[in-house]
Amino acid sequence: MEAATTTTRATPKLGVARRRVGEDVIKGLLLLAALLSVLTTTGIVLSLVRETIVFFGDVGVGEFLGGTDWSPVIKPQSFGVLPLVWGTVFVTAIALVVAVPLGLGSAIYLSEYASPRVRRTFKPVLELLAGVPTIVFGYFALTFFTPNLLNDIGKLDVSVFNVLSASIVMGFMVIPTIASVSEDAMTAVPSSLREGSFGLGATRLQTSLRVVFPAALSGIVAAVVLGASRAVGETMIVLVAAGQVAQITADSREPAFTMTSYIASVAKGDLATGSVQYKTVFAVGMLLFLITLVLNAFSIRFVRKYRQVYE
Amino acid sequence: MHGKAVGRQDSRTRLRERGFRGMLLACLALSALMLGVLLVDVALDGSSSISTEFFTKYSSSFPANAGIRAALLGTIWLMGVVILFIVPVGVATALYLEEYADRSRWYNRAIEVNIQNLAAVPSIVYGILGLAFLVRGPLGMGNVLMAGGLALGLLVLPVVIIAGREAIRAVPPSIREGSMALGATQWQTIWRQVLPAAVPGIATGVILALSRAIGETAPLIVVGAATFVAFDPSLSSQFTALPIQIFYWVSQPQDDFKALAAGAIIVLMVLLLAMNAVAIYLRNRYEQKW
Repeated sequence: MEAATTTTRATPKLGVARRRVGEDVIKGLLLLAALLSVLTTTGIVLSLVRETIVFFGDVGVGEFLGGTDWSPVIKPQSFGVLPLVWGTVFVTAIALVVAVPLGLGSAIYLSEYASPRVRRTFKPVLELLAGVPTIVFGYFALTFFTPNLLNDIGKLDVSVFNVLSASIVMGFMVIPTIASVSEDAMTAVPSSLREGSFGLGATRLQTSLRVVFPAALSGIVAAVVLGASRAVGETMIVLVAAGQVAQITADSREPAFTMTSYIASVAKGDLATGSVQYKTVFAVGMLLFLITLVLNAFSIRFVRKYRQVYE
Repeated sequence: MHGKAVGRQDSRTRLRERGFRGMLLACLALSALMLGVLLVDVALDGSSSISTEFFTKYSSSFPANAGIRAALLGTIWLMGVVILFIVPVGVATALYLEEYADRSRWYNRAIEVNIQNLAAVPSIVYGILGLAFLVRGPLGMGNVLMAGGLALGLLVLPVVIIAGREAIRAVPPSIREGSMALGATQWQTIWRQVLPAAVPGIATGVILALSRAIGETAPLIVVGAATFVAFDPSLSSQFTALPIQIFYWVSQPQDDFKALAAGAIIVLMVLLLAMNAVAIYLRNRYEQKW
């Protein structure tokens, strides 16, 4: 066993343990693994920044961020990113119109009303919905939602590729995120607040909406922002079902191009390194990365706030 | 709620209560309905495509001759790469953060925040990372299966780390203290006491990560997965995968290809459900109460 640091004195005494090289090596290896995630972030930022700088050597920053015409392939080329940004914002907005009420409604029900049995039935449904690959949602939007629901039943006369179908289906994809994060926030509200409210004669509805909801507000905001971030970053649903037309229109029956679907449509195996199209992948990717980074930072900050208050 | 004395207001309040409750339940039910319609729709569209030949044939420009052999093999290979990558790296990171890291040090906090952020980076950005560093640039592997697998691995690594940390944290300190008191070193304690106790939780996290990776399409497109592969893939060959094959078939205008896409979706969903079932089983069977 561990020998205490022996001196000339005869009596053994407890002291600092012998340094074990093996233990240090293991700790070093584990740290190395942890650093890989830092390296990943560094790699993402480096790859995006490097090519983006090269891109801005060819195209002015003002033209990129302020231009309203996106035509990087067909001549005359034009590199105004606003149509792509608009497509992303438009799709995200409609997705949130679907996902916020449905997600929050589900969360309030699960946290304030549901019996354990109902929770056991519906939690897996939400988990399953969260696990459906987005390409499957894309297939559903294109082959079922657009022709059968929007055109046949809704008589909306939408085009084959359209914003409405893609973004409503995306809304359902986002529901589990919003529901689970905001349910966590509501469950974290101490029951003494509810009991106080009931004690004053409030009904369950009043307690849910005027006590629990405001008390969990920062977590609910975090949930919505996180949902928005997922919608902004989602690629396959829009790529499959929303078409590939870079345009600024308020008509959701029309097709649209988003930042993600542009990247996926142009970045294929045969893309020539150093071509303008290659660089646009990184410039648009950079913008996408920055937008989601800001959204995530907001969301993390709000989550931390409610955790501090109640935990 | 039980204020009988309030009289007339009572019935109106109760009506409002019931209406609200019904609305909330409808929110949940609508999600369930949507999921149900989606599953039924895919099953109806795709069941005619499923046959033994569907699994043994390569893709083809004639729908009648097309199968998912290359895609399914590609997916299996990719998942193999992902597992071999995320298990050691994910567990090591989780162990470092839970057992070794001194949280008062700024760099340890930075690693934590960084992992939190990585978990929310859009998947297509991992494709761009793979394109710039794995496929071209420093590593220059070309658009091979290995590059796709590593890009997916990086994408789902945060899932494993977060689940692994939770599993490790759930092992009570008394276990560690007992082991140390008997003279074990820190690593002996971790390797022989903490890790075995945390394995079910870690395994559940790994399966969750795989079920996320198996359906990812966007990063594979950017990394350069091929849409038409008529050979069995290997680590250093071009590759396709189930979601890529589905995307390719969905993009074809003919209805016959859509049916093939639905067939491939059925296979993908069955794989997913099977993995989730295993995860739930592990969670229920081996979950330890301390």
